[in-house]
Amino acid sequence: MTPEVITVTHGVVGYDGRPVLRDVSLTVSAGEVVAILGANGSGKSTLIRAVLGLVPLSSGSVTLFGEPASRFRQWHRIGYVPQRLGAGSGVPATVAEVVASGRLARRGVLRPPGRADRAAVAEALRAVGLADRAKDPVATLSGGQQQRTLIARALAGRPELLVLDEPTAGVDAASQEAFAEALRAFVDGGGTVLLVAHELGPLQPLISRAVVVHQGLIAHDGAVPEPAGHHAAPDHDHVHPHCPEEPAGLWGTP
Amino acid sequence: MSLFQYEFMLRALMGALVIGLAAPALGIYLVQRRLALIGDGIGHVALTGVGAGLLFGTSPVIMAVIAAVIGAVTIELIRERGRTSGDLALALLFYGGIAGGVVLVGLSDSTSANLNAYLFGALTTTSPTDLVTIAVLGVAVLITMIALRPALFAVCQDEEYARVSGLPVRALNLLLAVTTAITVTIAMRAVGVLLISALMVVPVATAQQVTRGFRATMAAAMALGLFAAGAGIWLAAVADTAPGASVVVLAIASFVVVTLLAAGWRRIRRTRPEPEPAPEPHEVVLGGS
Repeated sequence: MTPEVITVTHGVVGYDGRPVLRDVSLTVSAGEVVAILGANGSGKSTLIRAVLGLVPLSSGSVTLFGEPASRFRQWHRIGYVPQRLGAGSGVPATVAEVVASGRLARRGVLRPPGRADRAAVAEALRAVGLADRAKDPVATLSGGQQQRTLIARALAGRPELLVLDEPTAGVDAASQEAFAEALRAFVDGGGTVLLVAHELGPLQPLISRAVVVHQGLIAHDGAVPEPAGHHAAPDHDHVHPHCPEEPAGLWGTP
Repeated sequence: MSLFQYEFMLRALMGALVIGLAAPALGIYLVQRRLALIGDGIGHVALTGVGAGLLFGTSPVIMAVIAAVIGAVTIELIRERGRTSGDLALALLFYGGIAGGVVLVGLSDSTSANLNAYLFGALTTTSPTDLVTIAVLGVAVLITMIALRPALFAVCQDEEYARVSGLPVRALNLLLAVTTAITVTIAMRAVGVLLISALMVVPVATAQQVTRGFRATMAAAMALGLFAAGAGIWLAAVADTAPGASVVVLAIASFVVVTLLAAGWRRIRRTRPEPEPAPEPHEVVLGGS
C-alpha cells in the first residue's frame, strides 16, 4: 500500500459562522494526481486551503505525510501554487527573484542563496519554458506566463507534493500546454499532485482521480466525470465571474 | 565646503548619511506591502514617547523607541487580523499618538522649540552620543534588511505562500514592525516626525521608475537616499536652509527628474523602430478550438 500524503478526516470549515465545508473526508496517496472539481463557491478552494493550514478547521483533522498538520514542519516537501501572484507588488521583481522564493522552504531564513539554489531556479524556469524571461519583471508577463512563474517557484523547492489552486483559469493555450508538460514531468518523477480546477483541458490525461465538491460536501470521488450541460459544448466560453453564490448543480449528482 | 570643518556639521552629515542609507532599505518592504505611510503613523506614536521623555526627564529618544515599538507591534497585530475596523484602530493610534505627544510636551517645561526639533528634525544639534546611537541602530537595521532580503521579500510579496513555505511569517512581520519603529525614531532626529516617511518611500518610488528587479530597486533606492541625505546637508550648510526639509526636497526633486527622464526615454524608444517580438499566443479557452 502506498503511503498517504494527505488525509482529511471529517473536515469542517466555516467563515463567520457560515459553513463552507461540511464534513469532508479525503485521502491522497503518493503518486496520485487528484483533481478537485466543483462550481464556484462549492468550497473546493477552501478545501485545499484547509489542507495547507491557511484556513483553520472548526472540526476534523488533517495529516500531511502521515503527520498531524499542527505538528508538520517539513514544508519543503510541499510546493504551493496559488491562483495568482500575490497582491504585494508595486516594487518590481524579476521572474528569477520570484522563483527564488521557492528555495526558502529548503534553505531557511538565515542562509544566503548558494549555487544549488541558483541551479534549481534555472532548472525550474526551464521546466515551464520561461528560461529566457528570467531577468524580466514579472509585471510585464502575460497572465499565463505569470502562472507558469508561480509553478516554477513551487518546483524550485523540489517538492514531493504539488498543491495548485485553479492553475489553468484564464491562461492562454501555449501556457496551458507548457504547464501540462511541466506537470507531466513532475508526475513521471514520482510526484503527487492535488489541484483545484474549473475545467481540466490538457490536464485531463494526467488526472488519476477526480473529487467533486458540491455545497461543502464531497459528491463524487473516482473517475473524471464527463462534462454536463453547457460545459460540454465545444465552444463553451468560460468567463463567468467568481461569485460565491453561484447556483450549484453544474456537475449534477454523482 | 569649509562649513564641514565644524564638527557639528560633520556629525549632522554622518547621521544623515546613515539614515539616508537605512531608511530606503527598510522602506522598500513597506512599499511592496502597500504600507508606504506606516512610517508616518509610527512617527506620530513615537511623539508620545518624546513627550513622556521630556516630561519625566528621561531620554526622549529612548522613550520614543519604546513608544514606537509598542505602536508598531500593535499596528502589525491589528493588520494581521485583517479586520476592516483595523482602519479605525490605526487612526485612533496615530492621532492619539500625536495629541498625546503635544499634551505631554506642553505639561513639561520644554519650549515649543524643543517640540519643533522632533517635528521637523534637528540634525545640527546631533551630539556625539546621538551619532553613536544613530550609527549603531542604523547599521543594525541595514544589515537586517540586507541579510534577510529573500525571506522578507517572500513575506511581503505573498504572505500565504511564505506561510506554506514554513517561514516564520509572524516573527518576520514583527521584526519588520520593530525595525520600522527604530528607523523612524533615529530618522526623527534627522528629518523630523512629519517627514520620516518621505525618506523611507520617495527613494524607492524614484528607483522603481527605472529598475526591473527587487534587488536592483533596493540598491538604487539606497544610493538615492544616500545622495539626498548628503546633498541635502550640503545645501543646508551653504544656503542656510532647514537640513531635514532640504534632504526631503532633494529626494522629491530626484523623483521628478528621474520620472521625466524615464518618460522621455520611453518615448524615444517607442519612436525608434524595434524588431517585432514574437507574437504572444492569443488568450483562448481550452476546448474552444
